[in-house]
Amino acid sequence: MSLKTLTKPWEAMAYGFLDGSAKREIRRKMIKAIAVPGCQMPYASREVPMARGWGTGGLQVSLTLVNPTMRVKVIDQGADDSVNAASIRRFIARVAGAPTTMDTLDADLIQSRHRIPEEILRDDQVLVLQVPNPEPLRPVQPNMSIARQMHADADYGRMWLQLYEQIVRSGRVMQGASYPSLVHGRHVMTPSPIPRWDVPKLNMAQHLTILSAGREKRIFAVPPYTRVEPLVFSDVPYKVEDHAGLTCHRSGTRGFFMNEIPQEDGSSAFEVSDSEWGVKAIRRRDGEEVALGETWYKNGRMPS
Amino acid sequence: MTLTLDAPRIVTTHPLVQVRNVSKSYGPVQALRDVSALAYPGEVLGIVGESGSGKSTLLRMMNLEETPDTGSYTLDLPDVSGNLFDLDRFARRMLCATCIGIVYQNPHLGLLMKHSSSGNVAERLLVAGERSFATLRAKATAALEASEFPLDRLDAPPIELSGGMQQRVQLAKAIALEPALLLLDEPTTGLDVSVQALVLDTLKRLQQERRITMVIVSHDLGVIRTLADRVMVMRGGAVVEAGLTDQIFQDPQHAYTQQLVHAKL
Repeated sequence: MSLKTLTKPWEAMAYGFLDGSAKREIRRKMIKAIAVPGCQMPYASREVPMARGWGTGGLQVSLTLVNPTMRVKVIDQGADDSVNAASIRRFIARVAGAPTTMDTLDADLIQSRHRIPEEILRDDQVLVLQVPNPEPLRPVQPNMSIARQMHADADYGRMWLQLYEQIVRSGRVMQGASYPSLVHGRHVMTPSPIPRWDVPKLNMAQHLTILSAGREKRIFAVPPYTRVEPLVFSDVPYKVEDHAGLTCHRSGTRGFFMNEIPQEDGSSAFEVSDSEWGVKAIRRRDGEEVALGETWYKNGRMPS
Repeated sequence: MTLTLDAPRIVTTHPLVQVRNVSKSYGPVQALRDVSALAYPGEVLGIVGESGSGKSTLLRMMNLEETPDTGSYTLDLPDVSGNLFDLDRFARRMLCATCIGIVYQNPHLGLLMKHSSSGNVAERLLVAGERSFATLRAKATAALEASEFPLDRLDAPPIELSGGMQQRVQLAKAIALEPALLLLDEPTTGLDVSVQALVLDTLKRLQQERRITMVIVSHDLGVIRTLADRVMVMRGGAVVEAGLTDQIFQDPQHAYTQQLVHAKL
C-alpha cells in the first residue's frame, strides 16, 4: 500500500466552495438562529469570490445548505435574470453541481435579494435572504454594545420613536423597506430590505427563512410557523404599498407588487416585480400549460 | 380656649428620598465619603459645592446611573421597596423611566439632538410602554406646554433650538410621566441671566403646581436661594453643613459655608 492510494485525489476546492469547517460553523450558527427566532448570531463570514455587500452572506448560507439534488433559484429584487442573480446562480451550480430553476414551485432553495416570491412557499423550501444591515436598532442607537444590551432587555421603545418621527414629519410611516418586525414576541429584527408588502408573508409562514449578513457577520432566522409582527402604534394600522390596483403592462397580472418604469412622456408603466410570476402568466396567456401556484396576496389583499 | 397646634409636617411625614452613608471612590480619588441626604415629599433640596465636591456624582447615583461602593438608597413610593442600588438593569430602567426625571446641565446628555422635540418627550412615554400615537402626541404636547415651550416649535429638533429652549425640552421630558422625584443638575448654568430667570420661574411654578420633590445641584447660590427649601453644602466629597435655606444663608456655621456666602454677597 503506497501513500498515493491513501491520499485523496487533489481537488481545486471543497464541495460547494466553502471548506468543511466553515460550513460546519455556519450550520451550527443556523441551528442557534432557528432556536432563538430573530436573534442575531455572529459568525465568521468567509471570503467568497464576490465583493462584500453583494450577497456574500446569503451565498455562504446557500453554499452550506446546497447538495447535488437541490434545485436552486436566485432572485434579485424579484428578478431571476438580473446580472447579480444570474452570476450567483451560475456560481452555485458550478461549485455544487446543483440543478437550477427559475420556477418558485420547483425550487428547493431560494436565495433572494430584497423580495419574497409571490407564490406561497411550502414547508420543504428554504428561503435565504441577503441582509445589508442586520441591526434594527442602529438608527436609534449607534453604539452596538448598547444595542446588544437593548436586545437582551427587549428594550425596543426607541423603535417606535423612529415611527413617531416619520408620522410627525410626513403624516404617515415612511419606512418602506426593512420594516422592523417583532419575531415570536421577543426579538425585533430587520427583515432585510424587503418591501412592506412582503413582511406579512413571513408571519406564520410554512417555510424556513434564513437571513444572513456577510459584511456584518450575522445570521438570524424565522423558523416555520413563527409570528412576525411589524411594529405599529395601536392607533395607526400597518399599511402595505398601495399596489393592489396596478396592472402589469407586459403580463396583464393585477394585484401584485409592481416595479415602476418611467416612460418618456412622463407617465409610468408598471411591471410585476416577481419576474417569473410575470413570465408564467404570459406563457399561460399564450396557451402553454403552466402550473401557477397559490399566491399570498389575492386581488391585492392578504387574507387574514 | 385652648389652642391646639398640629405637629409640624416635617415630623409627621416620611422622607421620600433617603440616601444613606454613600461612599464612592474612583481609583485613588474619593468622590463621596459617607454622604447621607433626605428629601421630603414636595420639598426642594439644594446641593451646593465647588467643582469636584461630589455633588454631581451624588445626583447621578440618585438617578441610578452609578452605584456606590457602600451605602443605600430608598424611595418611599408604592411598589418600590428595598435598596435601589441592588436592582438589576431592567428594574432600574423601569424605575428611572416612571419615577425619576432628570435635567442635565448639558442637553446633549439628556436629549436626542436630531429627533424632534416632541419625539424626545415621547421617548420617555414609549420606554414606559405607551403605544398609541394620539396619546403620545397629546401627552408630549401637554408636557412641553407645561414647561412653557413655544408650541409652534413642537417638532423642531433640539439642535436647532437655543440653550434655554433645550433645557425646557429636557424639563418637559423629565416631567412627562409626572415623576415623584425630579433631579436637576445645574439646570441654568450656561444660560444668560435673563433666560436663567425665565427657566427658574418655570421650575418654581411647576414645583408649586405639582408639588414635585426636587433635588437641585448648583454652584450658583442665587439659584439655590430662589428654589430650595433646604440646602446641603458639600466639599471634598463630604457634607459640611445642612439646614434650612434661610438659616444657611443668614447664619452659616462652617468656615467654608461662610466663605461661600460672603463671596456671593
